[in-house]
Amino acid sequence: METKNQLIIELHVNNHPGVMSHITGLFSRRGYNMEGILCGTIGEGETSIIYLLVAEDEKLEQIVLQLKKLYDVLDVKVRKNYDHAVFYNIEKLLAKGGV
Amino acid sequence: MKMTGAEIIVRLLEQKGIEKVAGIPGAANLHLYHALKESKIKHVLARHEQGAGFMAQGMARTTGRAGVCFTTSGPGATNLLTAIADAKLDSVPIVAITGQVASAAIGTDAFQEIDTYGLTVPITKHNFLVRKPEELLTIIPEAFHIAESGRPGPVVIDIPKDVQQQSCTFEAWPVFKEPGKGRPVTTNEVREIALRINEADRPVILAGGGVNTEESAALIIKLAETNNIPVTYTMRGIGCISPNHRLSLGMIGMHGTRYANALIEEADLLIALGARFDDRATGVSSNFCQNSEIIHIDIDASEINKIKKADYSLNASAEDVLREIIPFIQVNKREQWIDRFSELKSEMPYVSAPEEGEDIFHPLNIIKSVAHHVPEDSIISTDVGQHQMWVAQVWPFKNPRTFISSSGLGTMGFGVPAAIGAALANPRKKVVCFSGDGSILMNIQELVTMSENNLNITVLVFNNQSLGLVRQHQELFFSKNYMATQFEAKPDFPAIARAFGISGMDLTTSANPLDDLMNALEHPGPVLVNVPINTSEKVLPMVRPGAPNKDMIY
Repeated sequence: METKNQLIIELHVNNHPGVMSHITGLFSRRGYNMEGILCGTIGEGETSIIYLLVAEDEKLEQIVLQLKKLYDVLDVKVRKNYDHAVFYNIEKLLAKGGV
Repeated sequence: MKMTGAEIIVRLLEQKGIEKVAGIPGAANLHLYHALKESKIKHVLARHEQGAGFMAQGMARTTGRAGVCFTTSGPGATNLLTAIADAKLDSVPIVAITGQVASAAIGTDAFQEIDTYGLTVPITKHNFLVRKPEELLTIIPEAFHIAESGRPGPVVIDIPKDVQQQSCTFEAWPVFKEPGKGRPVTTNEVREIALRINEADRPVILAGGGVNTEESAALIIKLAETNNIPVTYTMRGIGCISPNHRLSLGMIGMHGTRYANALIEEADLLIALGARFDDRATGVSSNFCQNSEIIHIDIDASEINKIKKADYSLNASAEDVLREIIPFIQVNKREQWIDRFSELKSEMPYVSAPEEGEDIFHPLNIIKSVAHHVPEDSIISTDVGQHQMWVAQVWPFKNPRTFISSSGLGTMGFGVPAAIGAALANPRKKVVCFSGDGSILMNIQELVTMSENNLNITVLVFNNQSLGLVRQHQELFFSKNYMATQFEAKPDFPAIARAFGISGMDLTTSANPLDDLMNALEHPGPVLVNVPINTSEKVLPMVRPGAPNKDMIY
């Protein structure tokens, strides 16, 4: 599938209930687009990894700098190589016929 | 040790050196107030939570250290939001401690429950919701560290009632870390920047709020004088260089000086120090300094290249960079460039006012008279509107942290409570609050707080019976359609002041208005003075919204 000049921002974050609202809030507050989001805890559950699918455009530098300022964001990496299948086949996550 | 959450909060504030806190008690912070009874921290009771927030700002803006305010949950927290947002846009360190409903009630739409955490995400530097009393031992020192480090800003700590009430045991008190000052700068980086400055023909310094400290101001003047660089500043930069200094261009932007806006467009190098290229300063940013190279030094990495692409940038404390760079700066007379500066200055004189003898009530003349009369280190707060711009234009601010004004958010209602905060933090200084008949009504209840604390504040209400700055926009850009900007009712402000327990004076009916004004300034307690202003007076010069800065109406 075509990747439409998108890339992944990989965030390593503290894991507590408010973190996601800081990240999604930043995107809405500053008018950035987010095409996909994938999140899960790692290790003992103290921290999480969040993958954000975003467009590769002139806003990217600002997005990364603003994300780095967030207190609960421990690290930010931009990944150009990724398997985009997970974002485009999200409905396959649920088993067919399941409820 | 065993203590309740509330006791831990109060002890930690004492350890941080907090002497005064503004706030209002309510159901969700009563445990905190109960613990405050045993403390030497002075609590100043505001009459609206927004007032408490601006008092904390007044303390912070004049000292550089975090100001603290307390509110209860629900309406207490929502009332505070404007003051928090204001602190965010002007990078003011405050720590707001809000009560929250009991942990078990969160999410149930309990009485006075709102999502303070959610509401404050976009307007704080960071926020915390405390879940257990022992977390306070890390969160409170961390909140101050965040508020005061790097680019300062507001931090909210939302603390449920049960967390304040519960006890916990702990071994030792935490240590408050010194505020972070950004990464160290290397000699190579500094040399690179110094080379650009030394090689430039027509450099201009643009100073912002990030260099409005005593240390940075002294360094800017040293840099400017060594290399003969004209200096302009944003509204948040007012005070970093005296407007009477031979290299001062005065304020830039929408109501700045014409020669600052003109000269900066002729520069071949713009040196932006702790400034963020706000649209009120730059006008349409794509038109701003199109032909100059830009050096941008800011402690906030995300400000670099946000609005204007920098040719050279350093993400570090501007104060540190200035200190390191000065030894590499060559002495340069720059005669041609300084001559051009003088030429523009005489071609485009500063805002003019009639001679004082002719019109003492001209707002610029009133401001100049007051400035001549009060001590040089006086603190001036303003509300938002024409009076604010007139003060920014003509008050001879010589010292950092003496002009406190809502610049980024432009919040009417800022002036009175911010003046109270300034007076609380600087009990030996004179505080003058310039307000307008529009702005003052937005937090007039705090005159009671001023009265109760007998603070040395003179409030001057510039009364033009209208929302003057909005009216001015209607006159110039909306075909004189004065929709909703002219007041029909004319409140008797001195009578209101007296009703709140402070002295009130009206220059409208005064036989010797100037003498009366000077007497009011010398009065040791709080005074309010009504100053009649001609409704047709405008703030000029002015950049038409959407126009380039150099095309000013004057």
